[in-house]
Amino acid sequence: MAELTLVQEHPVSATARGSSLRRLARTDAFFHGLTRAAALAVLGVLMGVILALVIGAWPALSHFGFSFLVSQSWNPVTEKFGALAPIFGTIITSAIAMLFAVPIGIGVAIFLTEICPPLLRRPVGIAIELLAGIPSIIYGIWGLFVLAPLLQRTIQPFLIDLFGNVPLLSSLFAGPPYGIGVLTASIVLAIMILPFITSITRDVFEQVPPMLKEAAFGLGCTTREVIRKVVIPYTRVGVTGGCMLALGRALGETMAVTFVIGNAHKINASLLAPGTTISATIANEFTEAVGDLYTSALIALGLLLFVITFIVLAIARVMLARVARKAGK
Amino acid sequence: MKLSMIALRSAAVAAAAAGFATAVAAADISGAGATFPYPIYAKWADAYKKETGNGLNYQSIGSGGGIKQIQAKTVTFGASDMPLKPDELDKSGLIQFPTVMGGVVPVVNVPGLKPGELVLDGATLGDIFLGKVTKWDDAAIKKLNPNAKLPGQAIAVVHRSDGSGTTFIFTDYLSKVSPAWKDKVGAATAVEWPVGIGAKGNEGVAGNVGQTGGSIGYVEYAYAKQNKMTHTRLVNLDGKAVEPTAKAFQASAAGADWAKSQGFYVILTNEKGADAWPIAGATFILMHKQPQDPAAAAEALRFFDWAYAKGDKMAEELDYVPMPDSVVKLIGKTWADQIKGKDGKPIHASMM
Repeated sequence: MAELTLVQEHPVSATARGSSLRRLARTDAFFHGLTRAAALAVLGVLMGVILALVIGAWPALSHFGFSFLVSQSWNPVTEKFGALAPIFGTIITSAIAMLFAVPIGIGVAIFLTEICPPLLRRPVGIAIELLAGIPSIIYGIWGLFVLAPLLQRTIQPFLIDLFGNVPLLSSLFAGPPYGIGVLTASIVLAIMILPFITSITRDVFEQVPPMLKEAAFGLGCTTREVIRKVVIPYTRVGVTGGCMLALGRALGETMAVTFVIGNAHKINASLLAPGTTISATIANEFTEAVGDLYTSALIALGLLLFVITFIVLAIARVMLARVARKAGK
Repeated sequence: MKLSMIALRSAAVAAAAAGFATAVAAADISGAGATFPYPIYAKWADAYKKETGNGLNYQSIGSGGGIKQIQAKTVTFGASDMPLKPDELDKSGLIQFPTVMGGVVPVVNVPGLKPGELVLDGATLGDIFLGKVTKWDDAAIKKLNPNAKLPGQAIAVVHRSDGSGTTFIFTDYLSKVSPAWKDKVGAATAVEWPVGIGAKGNEGVAGNVGQTGGSIGYVEYAYAKQNKMTHTRLVNLDGKAVEPTAKAFQASAAGADWAKSQGFYVILTNEKGADAWPIAGATFILMHKQPQDPAAAAEALRFFDWAYAKGDKMAEELDYVPMPDSVVKLIGKTWADQIKGKDGKPIHASMM
């Protein structure tokens, strides 16, 4: 910048102008190289992680083959490992967490941008963002010592009684109320990902041109109609993106889930029963995993989590592309 | 501005130099492994540093990590709660020796039961953890406790979710007393639990047992004692119902035949002796027979030698059980016989 103004202010000879231009070109080239190196470094790290995971996971994957994906058994004594229970737990807890967090998160964002009195807007917004700043271990401790006993005494017995005689639902809410389990983990996860959904959707809602909204109001739309017919269709891509980011976080969350999920390598129909997730299994067992096959099986779990996250991101991309195409028509 | 920059820079240089100086002055003994003995190693290290000026850098990363690190020779000693079998030791050129002992205690949360009131035996404990005995007023439990008031509540089993030496000792005991357990589950630092919920660490098990009515779990003795948990009594091999105490653990160590077991491969579960608590175990140190750095290995041995000689009281304060003198003598002999420098001579002569 400094050179540029210098050149403009003083009439200088052609050679001087040429040399300063060359200098600018050099710094430009240097800057290009620097940013490209940064981008390539990220790719390099990513490839390195994939390579390390595949190499580490290979002994287990080649030993168990396809049965690693479909077997429920996780027995360190006989060294028989199958990843189905952790995969199931990871997906089910994240899905239930999204079920809770998406409507609430979007609801909060709508309230903040469209309905909330301006005086309340900042404090509520900051409170939501503070939720995102709480370390996950704190959520874990809170879940174990506060939420779990509460659920055990109140909501879980209520659910068991309520659905005790309803077919299908009775098996979904069966068993003794342990307090911790799949449902508790899902609730903690929902609270953890809520701020992501809210802050991103709030930001995109604020991007809606006031003209569109004013026009809708002018046509006699109610607030609800404006939100449903104008705000949400306009921001669909951004909202989906925010939700996917939250889902990515839910899939990989480790510490808080480890505390409250019950860590049992079993697939149970009941949401109140203990389960496990991929990241919780790795966190629990890595330090004491003696034996190469055991360690390798844990690394293979890590690789699977990587693949699942990748699939989720890919689905999100496809969905976004489809939404964009529809909107284009 | 410039002045303060210079001041800042010189301060940084001084700090770096100071850091370098301390790094050179104290060539700390380095070790890594089990979390269970970490408090006592830390206490010993503190006292040892005050006395000799030599420090110990111990990373409590878990037994599995300790075994891996000593095999990779990144530390001078590794620590494990699960002893390696003699052939595994030979394969890696390692020796092992026990440092302190501890016990594992079943803890329960049954309304109306006081600490030590409930009596269980091995077979019943095995059946509870297998999911065969599911109610507190089951005939098997009633038979052992004719006078106790037992509720008809369901039993909620709580076990460790992380791999742990505590789990190894506990499952080893169950394998010895319950053929069905040995058959279906077996013994290891982590097993495929038939029933129950997993909680992380002693504190996780204690927390879950504390807040779940009708639950049973198992924790390290020191943990149960310090938190005043409702422990059970157990029927030992001699048929006596015993309380978990330091004395009962020592009785179990006395019942074991250390001299005959190669590589100190002794697990103190279901040992004979009228006063013996049936679920006890030692924690172990692993070292190379031909250390890469004999000076560092000698320094580590000096530390453990000092700990056997002067550390018993500190261990008792933290509710660990020191090794009997007869075992310490055997350990000293093993050091002299097996850990050798490049010249083939022992690198450390025990004080014992």
